[in-house]
Amino acid sequence: MPIPTPFHSRTAALCKSHEWRDWAGYLAAVTYEPTHEREYWAIRNSAGLIDVTPLFKYEISGPEALAVVDRIITRDASKCAIGQVLYTPWCNEAGKIVDDGTLTRLAEDRFRVTAADPNLQWFEDCAFGFDASVRDITAELGALALQGPLSLEILRKLAPHAEIEKLKFFRQLETKMAGIPVEITRTGYTGDLGYEVWCASTHAEKVWDLLMDAGHNYGMLPAGLAALDISRVEAGFLLADVDYFSCRKAVIAPQFSSAYEVGLGWAVKLDKSDFVGKKALQQEEQRGSQWAFAGLEIDWPELEKLFAEFDLPPQITGRASREGVPIYKNGKQIGKVTSSTFSPILKKYLALCTIEAQHAKIGTEIEMEVTVEYHRKKAPARVANTPFYDPPRKRATF
Amino acid sequence: MTYDAIIIGGGHNGLVAAAYLAKAGRKVLVLEQRAVLGGAAATEEVLPGFRFNTGAHDAGLFRQEIIDELALEKHGLSFISSPVAAFTPRLQADAPPLILWNDLKKTAETLSAISEKDAESFPRYIEHIRTMTAMLDEIILRTPPNLFENRFADLTPWLKSGLKFKRMGKQDMMAFLRVLPMSAWQFLDEWFESERLKGLLGSTSIFGSLQGPMAAGTAFMLFYQHLGAQNSGLASSRQIKGGIGQLSDALAAVVRAQGGEIHTETPVQKIVFENGVATGVQLQDGEIISSKIVISNADPKRTFFELVGARHLGPEFNRKVRAIKMKGSTAKLNLALSALPEFVNAPSGQEHLQGHIVICPSLEYLERAYDDAKYGRFSEQPLLDITIPSLLDPSLAPEGKHVMSITMRYAPFVSKKADCEHYGNHVRNKIIDTLADYAPNLRDCIEHSQVLTATEWQREYGMTEGSILHGQMGLDQLLFMRPIPGFGQYHTPIENLYLCGAGTHPGGGVTGAPGRNAAKEILKKR
Ligand SMILES: Cc1cc2nc3c(=O)[nH]c(=O)nc-3n(C[C@H](O)[C@H](O)[C@H](O)COP(=O)(O)OP(=O)(O)OC[C@H]3O[C@@H](n4cnc5c(N)ncnc54)[C@H](O)[C@@H]3O)c2cc1C
Repeated sequence: MPIPTPFHSRTAALCKSHEWRDWAGYLAAVTYEPTHEREYWAIRNSAGLIDVTPLFKYEISGPEALAVVDRIITRDASKCAIGQVLYTPWCNEAGKIVDDGTLTRLAEDRFRVTAADPNLQWFEDCAFGFDASVRDITAELGALALQGPLSLEILRKLAPHAEIEKLKFFRQLETKMAGIPVEITRTGYTGDLGYEVWCASTHAEKVWDLLMDAGHNYGMLPAGLAALDISRVEAGFLLADVDYFSCRKAVIAPQFSSAYEVGLGWAVKLDKSDFVGKKALQQEEQRGSQWAFAGLEIDWPELEKLFAEFDLPPQITGRASREGVPIYKNGKQIGKVTSSTFSPILKKYLALCTIEAQHAKIGTEIEMEVTVEYHRKKAPARVANTPFYDPPRKRATF
Repeated sequence: MTYDAIIIGGGHNGLVAAAYLAKAGRKVLVLEQRAVLGGAAATEEVLPGFRFNTGAHDAGLFRQEIIDELALEKHGLSFISSPVAAFTPRLQADAPPLILWNDLKKTAETLSAISEKDAESFPRYIEHIRTMTAMLDEIILRTPPNLFENRFADLTPWLKSGLKFKRMGKQDMMAFLRVLPMSAWQFLDEWFESERLKGLLGSTSIFGSLQGPMAAGTAFMLFYQHLGAQNSGLASSRQIKGGIGQLSDALAAVVRAQGGEIHTETPVQKIVFENGVATGVQLQDGEIISSKIVISNADPKRTFFELVGARHLGPEFNRKVRAIKMKGSTAKLNLALSALPEFVNAPSGQEHLQGHIVICPSLEYLERAYDDAKYGRFSEQPLLDITIPSLLDPSLAPEGKHVMSITMRYAPFVSKKADCEHYGNHVRNKIIDTLADYAPNLRDCIEHSQVLTATEWQREYGMTEGSILHGQMGLDQLLFMRPIPGFGQYHTPIENLYLCGAGTHPGGGVTGAPGRNAAKEILKKR
């Protein structure tokens, strides 16, 4: 049975839809209002406040913390300054993904890692033989994502002296809001300008109240997972268990993915010191990967035609879909769509897919299966660049 | 100069591996940390004139194939066999003494005074255990297949074993599969009624492990031990003339005769490697000696965590190595005796004392001894396995005097420093107190004593946690799962680094098999 997050007294009071989902063992609101639309538009036009406490959080500290972190992740932790955040995957010895998340350097010898799945044992195994310790701090920290174009203004009201406008993309600072110590990172899962606010779980309710008050006049809304899911597909972000499987859950060979195969080749630093999976990834890099991760744009007029054969308008779910759907080239299956959504802001039908590497070039024409009135059809689609939605404010300096 | 192979450790397995490689023309260097060769199978002059088998005493498991192939007898190796396998002293005079002979008829005679039923079962038991043992015998000198890679070439030698297994016939095949995972208790209960007999026969079942005879899988060790036995139903009673250390001396002579070098008192600090390929070793004084390959006779945990370093190995691999069960439970007390102690209610003469003298009145006694160990304490009433090798080999002690070695179980490994300090003394007293009940004049005969517990095995003999088998020999740690699944072929994740000690297939005991198998595997590759 999922447990409440430290924000639950507040989120539960606001959750008119009563629609909750189990996210990593916590209760997470799918929508607050009966539908997700306003929450989605809040994220894109003003700001959305999302309870992201369920992320697993670990602290790795000690004289050799850097060496341990560098052994775990595929990116180069030695290049991570204090107050910097890195998004990174980590792999097993075969180069297959264990999980992905963010790494924040809190001090010379102290790091925080977020993860989608439990990783305590894995991190401890990686730390064995090093002078460093690993702690699960998931329950100690509350985390809220404040995402959207007005997020900066709202935070500035709460911490006027913190110079949050100077905080660069993927950086972290520590400050106080009404006397409560908080950490702010310029990170998020929506592909927009946005921040994440970290506080002791004992202060969670107070921090929520402060943010809700400050956001009131800016049209800020609490947002649930349905709105978040659309935003993250627009942003081209991977979701573990949906777009790929952790090697710990994969049971047959095709279910394993290497860091390259999920589009994170840019985060694999083969020139850094030894890390878990390096040898295998090196070999894969030389050999070339079997699979690639790509974005797709489905041809809407053609989709309309398929539905029109049955005198129907296109019927697609209003929310993002996590259903696996086959994709084809010249009648042969070449991969699968793992997430898809109609993008309200781009007015496009978008998908994320795993595709045979040779077909992953931008612009490649392929077909995606659609079911129209119980008939299997194929809709034309084109391999497209991700992020689909990438406003300059996301990484802008102010 | 570069060697073809450096062998870390001059235990008997390291020396066997070195001898095979040297014989195949390879330039080898053996580096042993201690002043004497042999590791857990050494003979040491603890007190002037008294030569003790400080670790192993019995050489019955050592493979005849190796003796022949390396012509060890030409290099000074010779065996002495005792007609008596075991004698169990008894406090009460209410029943005749229990003696197991290597002559089946004599054993049956002794047994009939104890239980007609058991006397009748005994020859059939011997036949049964021999059938089971024959299957083991078949696979001891074979490299286990790598089930993860499924290479046909690895499997072909095993087809022969498979065929042999099939030829056992359905009934024996079934029996083999049925008894392997059994507890020694359950297995022996099916055969005998005398608690004394079951206690004696079952005393070998927990050899080198921290388990009681009620634990599943302990029947296996009865078969393994019986590989060295003749007809006693127990274990071997074959000692080496001059002490078990002569085996290592003979092996060392073979190595040297082939141009190999052996350095004692030369502890290796680190295995040196570049880009995951072993290139040599670093000594404690910093000197680096390079070599084309490195072979470790040290146990897997010591090899990987101390000599290689966990940080250079993968987390998944480390996890499996850490999980190897190897908590030691064996202590040894070596006594220099001015005269032979007298056992109460014993037959006259000395013949019955020439094999093992075992104090294990019943399996329940043994299981209760384990109960203490389960919670980290040594046994209040321990199992004692006593030998007096000077009876058959007077060269081991000054004239008229004797060396007595007592192997005690259980004295579990203690890791806290404070606990270690007086541990040896407590264990020594426990052994002497226990034995003095059976041999009241024992204390008067003692001139000198040396006690070795898991702490000493670890500190001085290099065996992690005092595991005398370099890892318990449970069914989960045998064959292709020894030392860990996926690495049953003597190789390691570090290229050109191999293992050749008791932590690899077929396991511990003075067999020489891991050393020979490793050398054959290496020679096949290079
Ligand atoms: C008390 C006792 C009684 C036993 N009784 C019997 C018995 O009766 N019959 C029987 O068959 N078996 C018996 N055994 C078990 C048997 O002795 C061992 O399983 C076997 O000897 C192990 O041989 P090995 O060569 O694999 O390892 P070891 O003998 O442990 O050899 C390893 C060698 O490596 C050396 N070494 C380790 N690290 C380094 C380093 N860094 N640098 C240099 N050198 C290093 C060690 O000093 C040691 O010499 C007994 C063991 C003990 C302790």
